[in-house]
Amino acid sequence: MINKGNLPPGFKIERSESNSEEFFINMGPQHPSTHGALRLALRMDGETIVEMVPHFGYIHRGIEKQAENMNYLQYILLSDRQDYLTAIQNNLGVCLAYEKALNIGVPERAEYIRVILQELGRVASHMVFFACFGGDLGGQTCLLYGFKEREMVHDIIEEVTGSRLTTNFFRPGGSTFDVPDTFIPRVKAFIKHMDKTMKDYERFLSKNIIVLERTKGIGILSKEDAIAYGCTGPMLRGSGVKYDVRKNDPYSIYDQFDFDVPVTYNGDTYDRYTIRIAEIHESLKILKQAVEKFPEGPWRAKEKPVRLPAGRYYSAIETAKGLYATYVVAASGDKPYRIHTRGPSFANLAPLNKMVQGQKISDLVAILATIDPVIPEIDR
Amino acid sequence: MKKKNMTVSRYFKRYLKRCVTGPVSLVMGLSVTLKYFFNPKRIVTEQYPENKKTLKMHPRYRGRLEMIEDAEGNNKCTACGMCEKACPNASINVLATKNIAGKKVLGRYEYHFGSCTQCGLCVEACPFGAIRMSQAFEVATTDPTSLDMILNKKEGQG
Amino acid sequence: MFTPSVTHPIGDFVRKLVPDAMGYVTPYLPQSVLEYIPAANSVVAFLINAVICIIAVCIVAIGNAPILIYMERKVCAHVQCRLGPMRLGWHGTIQTIADVLKMLFKEVYAPKGADKFIFYLAPMVVLIAPFLVLTLIPFDKNMVIANVPVGIPFIIAVNGFGILGILLGGWSSNNKYSLLGSLRSGAQMISYEISFAMILLFVVMVSGETNLLSITQGQEGTILDWWIFKIPVLGFIAFVLFFISSTAELNRAPFDIAEAEQELTGGYHTEYNGTAFAMFYLAEYINLVTTSSLATTCFLGGFYPPLIGVEAVDSVLMMVPGFVWFFAKVYFMIWCYMMVRWTFVRPRVDQLMDFEWKFLLPVNLVLLGLGGAYIVLFG
Repeated sequence: MINKGNLPPGFKIERSESNSEEFFINMGPQHPSTHGALRLALRMDGETIVEMVPHFGYIHRGIEKQAENMNYLQYILLSDRQDYLTAIQNNLGVCLAYEKALNIGVPERAEYIRVILQELGRVASHMVFFACFGGDLGGQTCLLYGFKEREMVHDIIEEVTGSRLTTNFFRPGGSTFDVPDTFIPRVKAFIKHMDKTMKDYERFLSKNIIVLERTKGIGILSKEDAIAYGCTGPMLRGSGVKYDVRKNDPYSIYDQFDFDVPVTYNGDTYDRYTIRIAEIHESLKILKQAVEKFPEGPWRAKEKPVRLPAGRYYSAIETAKGLYATYVVAASGDKPYRIHTRGPSFANLAPLNKMVQGQKISDLVAILATIDPVIPEIDR
Repeated sequence: MKKKNMTVSRYFKRYLKRCVTGPVSLVMGLSVTLKYFFNPKRIVTEQYPENKKTLKMHPRYRGRLEMIEDAEGNNKCTACGMCEKACPNASINVLATKNIAGKKVLGRYEYHFGSCTQCGLCVEACPFGAIRMSQAFEVATTDPTSLDMILNKKEGQG
Repeated sequence: MFTPSVTHPIGDFVRKLVPDAMGYVTPYLPQSVLEYIPAANSVVAFLINAVICIIAVCIVAIGNAPILIYMERKVCAHVQCRLGPMRLGWHGTIQTIADVLKMLFKEVYAPKGADKFIFYLAPMVVLIAPFLVLTLIPFDKNMVIANVPVGIPFIIAVNGFGILGILLGGWSSNNKYSLLGSLRSGAQMISYEISFAMILLFVVMVSGETNLLSITQGQEGTILDWWIFKIPVLGFIAFVLFFISSTAELNRAPFDIAEAEQELTGGYHTEYNGTAFAMFYLAEYINLVTTSSLATTCFLGGFYPPLIGVEAVDSVLMMVPGFVWFFAKVYFMIWCYMMVRWTFVRPRVDQLMDFEWKFLLPVNLVLLGLGGAYIVLFG
């Protein structure tokens, strides 16, 4: 049954008792619930996972190396292609680094556009999480429900930016376009719609006894481990660390809004799920405030620079997945010397082995869903 | 997860509690699906080829690149090459030529749709407003040679 | 022993037809043959009956499956705010037929290293149980193929075949996901068979019959005479428990851990394609029909119309033939199964086992006891 010649490096099939044998399962890269081309090599004892080694790099495109041959504006569109679920947030992450370098201000209206689109992007990403989480637990209906709302967000984003997924919208000092007149009414309508539907969806999944059984106490990530592995975002907050870049190191105009950072302390799969649901509500809260106060005025700074002064610049933002940081080393010329991206999914995937050990293969799927990895961002 | 210090009575209480809350939660979930099932208005599917006439892309939609031309087919391009520089994946070749007056004008505007990512940087970079992204969204083709196109019909104005 | 016979109309017609036909033939036959005519008569009648029965079963089974697949797609689509198949025919009605044709034209092949004999045997074994159960179901007063005295024990016995096919298919595929899926399914179906059988025994106990036709006839009368309502509370609990355990028996979501697409990429039928896969698919849907039929027969009054005791309404309801009521109830049950399938998420393997052995079985035993007490006190 077991082809021992094909085991991945570092794997050893152990024979603990005379009548039982561990075996190796290759989960992915073509597996329905690995969220892309991720390969998990599993050493199994029956249904229980003894060890898991993730293999990735199947869709490595060398984005950071490509950036060295592009000018600064062109790199913004590569940031779309990393974490495609939070493309609009990645755009901002890169732009903030440029703005730090250029030391240019951003008009107030542009900041509001940024915040509204950021939070819409966060809602969209979390809806995909909701969809995939439900889908991976076996409820196919959830998958469609989550994507339904996410498509509504993308309709709004498409109207503003011209593209659903690869937005390429923000620029140092503002954004490419002003928002159209229909933007604010549409966002208002969406908030109203979301408030209603989220009630349905929470009734659908949050208190469901099977979901509780499947997720509570599964895949526990302790506070220490979460910090040690460099997890960020809902992973970190689910483990009881109240860290959100929007609060701890405010960028844009997040310090002007009233919102909470939800924290839970068990660090299990269910906590990471509830954190994300709570974050959707917090995002809607921010959106409501932003829509009310949305100002008139210029939407882009006057400067349209093409090159950065030599130096090293770092900016971090909180995307839906966690901390997305861009580190730019600028030398002379209009091309960066080096751009490094610190993506949240890569670090969030790191403790997976620790979380799944001793769990069942079904739990692995649930845990992987709550890590919410986006493989192109891991492989980059 | 079973906790070790759980007494028998506590375990039993928890068991009974779950016997009540469990079915209730399941019925709650079922109520959502029933609500959606009996409400045809919630259906979001669009019947694509049938609704082609009413389907309109947003004005900012980034389809394929096209040249803004007036009724006679004249364009505003001056062959400055800003779009060519702005393009991250070398999809645009602006080939300049000289008109009778000896002025540099646009000869051919080559556009390789195959490598274009529709980022819109070229439109942003154009100082004369000579190009735009079209509304075409049915751009798939079986003929790869049709992806390399020449956008201008006439020479540029200079 | 039982003889396969479509009781009354067709059966009688055949039994009459064969001697009549023989009457035309006898003058031309030699004397030595005529001596065997009475015996031959019954043999021929038996054979014709058998052929009619086989055709009837195939029509019910294979005719229902495409309708059910279409229905499943539509129900699932509408639950999920979609439209489902819309292209082929009116609202996609021909879609399933096209899909069946596509599957039949596909090449069937076994993966490298598979046990080919068992691999091809498994889909056929899977089909045995549903077809056998289908013969016992009384679709109408006169439409029962095998009116077996020990109907329910026979069904309980026969249902075990379903596991066998899945186990064989998963084991022979030479795929670890298939193996895990089939082992899960084996454990699951053997466990849930117990409570499935127990609920059926509860019905046997309260009705005092094992024959499915007699069980149905015991429910004649108004809607309150159905077993689900006849015994207050207990009947309804028994019905719900039957629903749960039969969902597990059917390997349908939320108990589809054997397939578990998100975990095992399809479970036991990962490696099957074409006709072989179609047979697994067919078996699933025939099982759906048989289980719903059992629920209808045992709890929902079989082919009797839902009379409510008001003369004017009842006379209208009585005009509809029994098999229409039967299939209406069956399809209502199937719709319930589908709604449940597209609502709930899947429990884990060990939780599924826990649920059976720690919850369903004790509750079943208590229910049996209470049913006995009810019979002693009120019956």
